[in-house]
Amino acid sequence: MENAISINGITKSFGEKKVLDDINLDVKKGEILGLLGPSGAGKTTLIKILTGQLSAENGKSVINGINSQKFSGDDYRNFGIMMDNFGVYDRLSCFENLKIFARIYGIKNDKINEALESVGLSDAKKTPAQNLSKGMKSRLRLARVFMINPDILFLDEPTSGLDPATADEIQKMIQKEKEKGKTIFLTTHTMTEAEKLCDNVALLSDGKIVEYGNPKEICRRYNHQKKLKIHLTDGTEKEIPHDENSAEIISELIKSGRAETIHTTEPDLETVFMELTGKELTA
Amino acid sequence: MKNITAVFLKQIKETFRNKTILIQFLMFPVMVIIMENAIKLENMPEHFFVKLFAVMFVGMAPLTCMSAIISEEKEKNTLRALMMSNVKPFEYLLGVGAYVFIMCIIGAVVFAVCGGYEGKDLLEFMVIMGAGILLSSLTGAVIGVFSKNQMSATSITIPVMMIFSFLPMLSMFNESIEKVARITYSQQMSILINGIGNAGIKPESIIIIAVNFVVASILFTLAFRKKGLE
Ligand SMILES: Nc1ncnc2c1ncn2[C@@H]1O[C@H](COP(=O)(O)OP(=O)(O)OP(=O)(O)O)[C@@H](O)[C@H]1O
Ligand SMILES: [Mg+2]
Repeated sequence: MENAISINGITKSFGEKKVLDDINLDVKKGEILGLLGPSGAGKTTLIKILTGQLSAENGKSVINGINSQKFSGDDYRNFGIMMDNFGVYDRLSCFENLKIFARIYGIKNDKINEALESVGLSDAKKTPAQNLSKGMKSRLRLARVFMINPDILFLDEPTSGLDPATADEIQKMIQKEKEKGKTIFLTTHTMTEAEKLCDNVALLSDGKIVEYGNPKEICRRYNHQKKLKIHLTDGTEKEIPHDENSAEIISELIKSGRAETIHTTEPDLETVFMELTGKELTA
Repeated sequence: MKNITAVFLKQIKETFRNKTILIQFLMFPVMVIIMENAIKLENMPEHFFVKLFAVMFVGMAPLTCMSAIISEEKEKNTLRALMMSNVKPFEYLLGVGAYVFIMCIIGAVVFAVCGGYEGKDLLEFMVIMGAGILLSSLTGAVIGVFSKNQMSATSITIPVMMIFSFLPMLSMFNESIEKVARITYSQQMSILINGIGNAGIKPESIIIIAVNFVVASILFTLAFRKKGLE
């Protein structure tokens, strides 16, 4: 399948500091890619380069067949960008905020209402943005991206700083966009989000991609310990090696009615990240 | 054009709810209506307050509004969002500039009515005001483009605004100040406005205003080259 985004050898330094070091990454059409990394890893910098807000020192990124350093005019119609620091007009209502961009993109009012509806802000349509909660502001910024209805969405930390319930809602909205066939490039530093939402993740640490792949596969790949954890009916836990003998032990336990649940001990992305970099993912 | 209109209409809605900007547009026009009607001293030149406040209004309102609007959008990162929607810097500046210009021209009309200008004098007055508003807006844009947030914009705006709006008034009392003030467009505006209907237009005034315009344009280009609208 054709790549919506292809990144080739992107390198970027600020002064002496190398923030991105030879990044290579492809995102297929219709895929959600999660760029995962701790604060300062270079996630925002990469999005800025991909969306033409910043120039790279080396390398090339192509979005929808167009070199990001050469975006012009109507190219911006094909992708929506939500940066973690994009502002909203505090004195204007949700509707008025979107109306500005609707005028720019030539979008009709009913699409504004649809976008507000899709992020659950219909009731706050006339509320000035300064009276919105943090989560509602995030939703407003998302609504702006959804309203433009682009093929590719760049979302820089769409759920950062939100409570779990709101984050969950936003993840569902992102999922819905994917179902419409959109390609989504998002950054996050919560691995549960990446595991839940992303087809593929790229783990970024100190400007390098240290691991890439489907989140579940990555975790399986790093399952060195290969152990099984069994919760027993007496409330205790038993860990056994996952090898040719495990079937016997388990069947024994099940027969005697002592096994309650059986788990594999695959690491989560957080653990994998720790193993690869020696660093915590969450800041 | 569509982008300029979008920015222009946004600005109408936004500033309608922004008291600090609104007060800039209203303060002098309201003051002139009150003072012209309330205070009548003997020996006071005709329409003294119109001539005094018109110049202060031009020195203050367009400059303060432009720099406040631009720097707030930078600080709150709303400008970024516009730029990423392919609004070009010149479209943004024209949209905001057109708004400030029109609001101030409405203010100028209030002054013109209070001053009782008619016919050729009215035209002359409005042209002088228009040129001053344009220059003052441009100066405000220079400050807005140069500053990265509202705080830094305000700290530059206040002294600059004092120079342009207060020097002409202080010049009435002190000759040395008048000599320095002559190089500013606002002092020349004051001279021109006071000369309407009698002294006529001196080439010197036009030249100084033109030089002010060139200097402001150069500063704007420099600020824009250095900072863009980041
Ligand atoms: N304009 C800039 N000038 C200098 N250094 C910068 C600039 N922008 C980013 N950096 C540096 O580049 C590094 C990566 O920053 P970036 O914002 O891309 O990180 P991030 O992964 O998005 O972090 P976060 O999760 O906190 O958003 C940081 O060390 C930052 O200080
Ligand atoms: Mg970031």
